[in-house]
Amino acid sequence: MSRPHPARTVLAAALAGALALTACGGAGEAPSEQQAQTGGAAPGVTDTSVLIGTHQPLTGPAAPGYSRISVGAQAMYDHINDGGGIHGRTIEYRVEDDAYNPTRTVEVVKKLVLQDEVFAIVGGLGTPTHSKVVDFLNQQGVPDLLVSSGALMWDQPERNPMTFGYQVDYTREGKIQGKYIADNLPGRKVGLMYQNDDVGRDTQRGLDQFIADQTVSRQGYDPANTDVLPQISALRDAGAEVVVCECVPAFTALSILTAAKIGYQPQFMVSSIGADPATLTGLLEEFGKQGGSEVSAPRLLEGMLGTGYLPDVGLTDDPWVQLLQQVHQEYIPEEPLTNTVVYGMVQAYTFAQALKAAGRDLTREQLVAAMESGELEGPGLTPFAFSAESHSGYTGAYVFEVNPDTSTTIVQQPVVTDRGEGPVTPARTERKTPEQIALLGE
Amino acid sequence: MPAGRSPLPPLLRHTLLALAALLAIIVLTGVVDPFTNLRIASVGYYLVAVAGLTLLTGLNGQVSLGHGAFLFIGAYTMALLVIHVPGWPFWLDLLLAAAASGVAGALAGAAAARLHGPYLAGATLALAVGLPALTQRFPELLGGSNGLAFRVNSMPAGLAGSVPTTRWQAWVVWASVLLALVLLANLTRGRFGRTLRAVRDNEVSAELAGIHIGRTKVLAFLISAVCGGLAGGLQAFLLGTAAPGSFTLVLSLSLLAAVVLGGIGSMWGALWGAIALVYFQAWSEDLAHELALSTDIANNLPLAVYGLILITVVLAFPQGIQGGVRQLGRLLRRTRANRTASGTATEGES
Repeated sequence: MSRPHPARTVLAAALAGALALTACGGAGEAPSEQQAQTGGAAPGVTDTSVLIGTHQPLTGPAAPGYSRISVGAQAMYDHINDGGGIHGRTIEYRVEDDAYNPTRTVEVVKKLVLQDEVFAIVGGLGTPTHSKVVDFLNQQGVPDLLVSSGALMWDQPERNPMTFGYQVDYTREGKIQGKYIADNLPGRKVGLMYQNDDVGRDTQRGLDQFIADQTVSRQGYDPANTDVLPQISALRDAGAEVVVCECVPAFTALSILTAAKIGYQPQFMVSSIGADPATLTGLLEEFGKQGGSEVSAPRLLEGMLGTGYLPDVGLTDDPWVQLLQQVHQEYIPEEPLTNTVVYGMVQAYTFAQALKAAGRDLTREQLVAAMESGELEGPGLTPFAFSAESHSGYTGAYVFEVNPDTSTTIVQQPVVTDRGEGPVTPARTERKTPEQIALLGE
Repeated sequence: MPAGRSPLPPLLRHTLLALAALLAIIVLTGVVDPFTNLRIASVGYYLVAVAGLTLLTGLNGQVSLGHGAFLFIGAYTMALLVIHVPGWPFWLDLLLAAAASGVAGALAGAAAARLHGPYLAGATLALAVGLPALTQRFPELLGGSNGLAFRVNSMPAGLAGSVPTTRWQAWVVWASVLLALVLLANLTRGRFGRTLRAVRDNEVSAELAGIHIGRTKVLAFLISAVCGGLAGGLQAFLLGTAAPGSFTLVLSLSLLAAVVLGGIGSMWGALWGAIALVYFQAWSEDLAHELALSTDIANNLPLAVYGLILITVVLAFPQGIQGGVRQLGRLLRRTRANRTASGTATEGES
């Protein structure tokens, strides 16, 4: 069997050599700068339409709650398209499911860019997922707008000139939460329940500026593991009276449910990514049913504190909420109007504004310039930070408390801050109304 | 296909086949768009993973529900090497990824050699569930839930600009995969293959024939883990990411399903299985897009389609797709033989 065979040796060597010879440099060295596609005809744009894409977790651990974002965005695009579109172009919105799995994200985003040739990626969702395609999108020169994550890494205009954030970043939000707790719940023992990635890391950078000495326990969770009993028990054992939950909706619900199950009643303070009461109500009831018990979501949620930066669906005399309700009634009346749906609607509206500002002769460069112009004023309650120097999204948040009927009351008006050591200051209160922005009809 | 029929020695025949396949891949990648190249490359790395599992489960009879763990090790080894020793060439990183996984496979195999049936399945299941949790334990090194992102620089300077990146990546993936398959095919065709099957079919008689059962089982685990590690390394090379979310239990189960679907015990079956893994998903997603289904249905369609096809194929051809192909081949040969026979008869009449 092992008798040497000249043909074998030669062929084996040839095959092995073929691989070896073709490679010279090291695998990790920075590759030669690839030319971003500039100028000329923009992919995905025709006289009557513009094609954009996104990756969303329609299945998998982050799907509960987040799968409704693209539904809201689609409704807003339908509304804009039926109103004549932007500069006469309808917006075609392609949603790819990545199941919150980074490998799938890379695949679907490459599909959107290389095969479908989208003009831009809008609202790609998730830190672990989107962080894997930022390099690719910037290398290809594809605008990567309004990333659905508050990680700090979207705001690197030098390195990633095509990428722009959307949410208030986690450090800013952490500072606002930390200051609120230090001011309003002084001396209470605080426990942290955090997603073990940039969500957790970046938020704690903000929280620690105010409540580091109040914090008695820090517990990380992995979105792939839905058993949070060890973490919640550890928080209880550490005597935490306030639990700051830097969690996606499913894990906010799991944390609240698990705490209730072991008779632990801390004051929850939840980050905006997981604090939508309507979404939480649905999840609590669903998880409760799976666990074989009826739960009263309103009772579990009552008194929960959370942070937000978009108009709450309960603010019915806000002109923006009225617009959103109207779009909701017209296009997705059977879908519950939650703050998660609002998130998608506002995102779509903001993109449409940038598209309008980019002008009729559309190129990717003009879209980026429109984003950097600093003129975008969204439905959000705090201003955007967008400029040539900053690609950060909303700059602040308000604090709300959940009422017994799961509606919310703002307990601290919107404040803004930076991602460094800067002060937390009140946000300016006046906003443009939908009429003043006049997105449609021209 | 008895080996004796071919005049060529197996290694030469396999190598020629592999070279022909590589040539076909090079031609194919030249005519399709960049994204299809990416899919072709994905079929490649799934192929080597499924082939390794075929050796373990199909030929040696050890069921592994945790093969995704070896892909995990391969991908993270590749990632860590690219990030921390950027000076090393990518093919060395790939080799080390396969080797690291092989070491883990030998350890797992040593434990597995003492286990049978459901106990083995359970142990390997634990591997698939437990190993990705390492990323939570060492978030500084492994990036936690975020995983690691990096860019693999592999394009030789001479090709930069003239060959699109994804086409080059498909070449690298398939060259590595075919090289591995040649070695694998040669191993399983020879004495080692007979040993594997002997252990699968009856351990007692195999032992009486002088085969060391434990050693054979560990070796089978090691080889299939090397294949898994190579697959993981190639995936990392291709996608520039290694993250725990990519190596869930679903991956391990899909790999096993691909083995069954393609044809358990046949290396050709691995090819069908790998194609099915990549394309059934893509087709059913396209179908969902075309039909504009509601998201709830669209989400579950790929899995439903996959399951339906699996059931249908296994009902129709218990030996998987490859079994069906073989049956079809036999049928064609028989009808051709009949037709030739009747053809000569008619000619004789006229």
